[in-house]
Amino acid sequence: MPKPTAIIGQVILYGAFAAFIGYFATSPKYRQIADDVALIKLSISHLGERECRKRTPEELAKMPPNMRAPMDCPRERSDIRLEMDLDGQPVLRTVMHPTGLYKDGVSTIYRRFEVKAGSHQIAVRMNDNLIKPGFNFVKEEEINLRPGQVMVIDFNPDKGGLFFQ
Amino acid sequence: MAWPSAAHGQPPVMPVDLTRVNSPYAGNQYNQRLIVTGGTRPGPPVSFHSILRKGARSVFLRIEEALDGPFGGGDNPLRHLGALGLYLLWIIVGSGLYLYTVLDTGIDAVYQSIGDLSGEQWYLGGILRSLHRYASDAFMLVMTLHLIREWCYGRYHGFRLYSWMTGVPLLWLAYISGIGGYWIVWDQLAQVSATATAELLDWLPIFSEPSARNFLTPDSISDRFFTMLVFIHIGVPLLLILGLWAHVHRISHVDYLPGKRVMLATLLALLILSLLQPALSNPPANLAMLPGALDFDWFILFIHPLTDLTSPAIVWLLLLALTALLFALPLLPHPAAEPVAVVDPANCTGCDRCLADCPYAAIAMQPHPLRPGFKLAVVDGDLCAGCGICAGSCPSSTPFRRRDKLVTGIDMPQQPIHALREELEQAVARLSGPQRVVVFACARGADASGLAAADTAVMPLLCTGMLPPSFVEYALRGGADGVLLNTCRPGGCDFRLGDRWTRERLAGEREPHLRQTVPAARLQLCAAAAGDEPMLSAALNDLRARLANEALASDRLPPYLRRVSNHA
Repeated sequence: MPKPTAIIGQVILYGAFAAFIGYFATSPKYRQIADDVALIKLSISHLGERECRKRTPEELAKMPPNMRAPMDCPRERSDIRLEMDLDGQPVLRTVMHPTGLYKDGVSTIYRRFEVKAGSHQIAVRMNDNLIKPGFNFVKEEEINLRPGQVMVIDFNPDKGGLFFQ
Repeated sequence: MAWPSAAHGQPPVMPVDLTRVNSPYAGNQYNQRLIVTGGTRPGPPVSFHSILRKGARSVFLRIEEALDGPFGGGDNPLRHLGALGLYLLWIIVGSGLYLYTVLDTGIDAVYQSIGDLSGEQWYLGGILRSLHRYASDAFMLVMTLHLIREWCYGRYHGFRLYSWMTGVPLLWLAYISGIGGYWIVWDQLAQVSATATAELLDWLPIFSEPSARNFLTPDSISDRFFTMLVFIHIGVPLLLILGLWAHVHRISHVDYLPGKRVMLATLLALLILSLLQPALSNPPANLAMLPGALDFDWFILFIHPLTDLTSPAIVWLLLLALTALLFALPLLPHPAAEPVAVVDPANCTGCDRCLADCPYAAIAMQPHPLRPGFKLAVVDGDLCAGCGICAGSCPSSTPFRRRDKLVTGIDMPQQPIHALREELEQAVARLSGPQRVVVFACARGADASGLAAADTAVMPLLCTGMLPPSFVEYALRGGADGVLLNTCRPGGCDFRLGDRWTRERLAGEREPHLRQTVPAARLQLCAAAAGDEPMLSAALNDLRARLANEALASDRLPPYLRRVSNHA
């Protein structure tokens, strides 16, 4: 049987152990971003265009009848050029490369931009076929972000291309 | 010849011929190594790592010994961190099974079903939920302390290499299990953790699409996400348990659980904490909004603030570098391995006692090649710690055997039983004074060399577990008035079980036992670790005082002089 002093010592030490666990299991509090900040997530996953070529009649004639596809599309996808401006200032200029060993996968990007809550002018431009100049998808809009709001910039051809959510 | 001590400078070296035994195997079994008596083996070169490790060891040891005061060695949680961790894991598993039965994995129902536990069923589900969380935090803490302790005690190479290497992956499995549990609740904390973890994972080139896209908007999450989470949160802990089995696979007499008092007190502490500060959910997750300040579990979720403070690249670099360092630690310079136990087939009776006592499962029994129907001990050199506990357990190690060359069934080349008997006989013969005492002391415990005097012979041992109890009787019948035996502190044996086996053998609870005819008053057992020299000295004074009072008592054993004895 332990001595009374030993029992008191054990109670104190087990209590300290529980207090240590209890404190650091909840404290100190953690805040990922400041109160007056909002978050813009730019996340796009898109297959670049393929640089197809129309086969000539002579080429088609040389092919087996069941394989006479009119277009010759390589497996590789085009890089995608993406730009983003925030309040007139360029914040992103990048070229997304297709994934996969044969560069036939999607091109992806995921970026976070922490901005002050309030009104912002956002412009996003994208070109998914780099043999053509310029940008074939453009979205520009003034948005009003509340503190803590998460706004997503994504791309979906079915939704008309670039969109803010 | 006096038994020299490492404290007296360079230990002397003497060649010993142990090959003259009646066995064709003996020449192969006994290597012709030199015996370094009572000395320390050459250590590794001094490096930043060794200085750091020794510094940490010193701090850890002091705290550990301070806790021996209130807890005692047997119940000192720091001395049983592995067993305590396993106990916490069982609490986590037990409470988790209940939580699993009431969990609804629907996207909205998951938050509700867990919240109801803390609200409507606070007396059972709420407490179990809190217990699950706090035991998980305690597990992370205990696991980290266990890692630090084993590192600073240098337990990562040689015969411990396997346990070390199998322990490193468990850190990852434990962490994955812990962090996944937070996501299941799907509150704001889960939202922060899941998103931040996905963003961290996306830094690695392992996904074709960023996994963080799964947490872009509220629509991104589906019921299947929670089904997958539960699957992971159960599957990974199962892997962890499997890994733990492998982790302790190569040691014997594993402490799967700590002492009853430790278990009860730990459970009580966590239960009180659960009642005073129940684990509650934050507001439900909403991926369209970022949460504000949150109650944060720093034991498990610390990685997110670390990432925010630095970058995913730095965090991965830290994690992978730390893991690689842990795996590479055994490659760093470390003390040379101790010579391993050797078996002499002619003297091995196949009794299994060494098999039963070996702390590291280094001994196996095989059919004896020369004696049909008998077994023979075989030592796995990779697993042998060189502690000598097997030699202490061998019935052939009794010093009362008449033959001049005492060859036992299993022996330590660096401190053979024969040499120990010779040393003891010579040391006892040299003793003079009214109370002649022989001190058998673990070389890793308190330094006993300072006790050596005309009336005190000091015999350092690899581990007290290597001392057959019959040596105590042999010393008393050889002329000593008393014997002081110093082990490490309970639970503090470098070879895990040396102190325990010694106590049990002396108490007659384990074979080979000390004969009951040996007067208990003439034997003093002390448990003084390195630095506890005053305690050892006090124990010697106690023994002397007792011997002085009982000097005329009629409990003296009849003398036994092997060289003139007619019986073996």
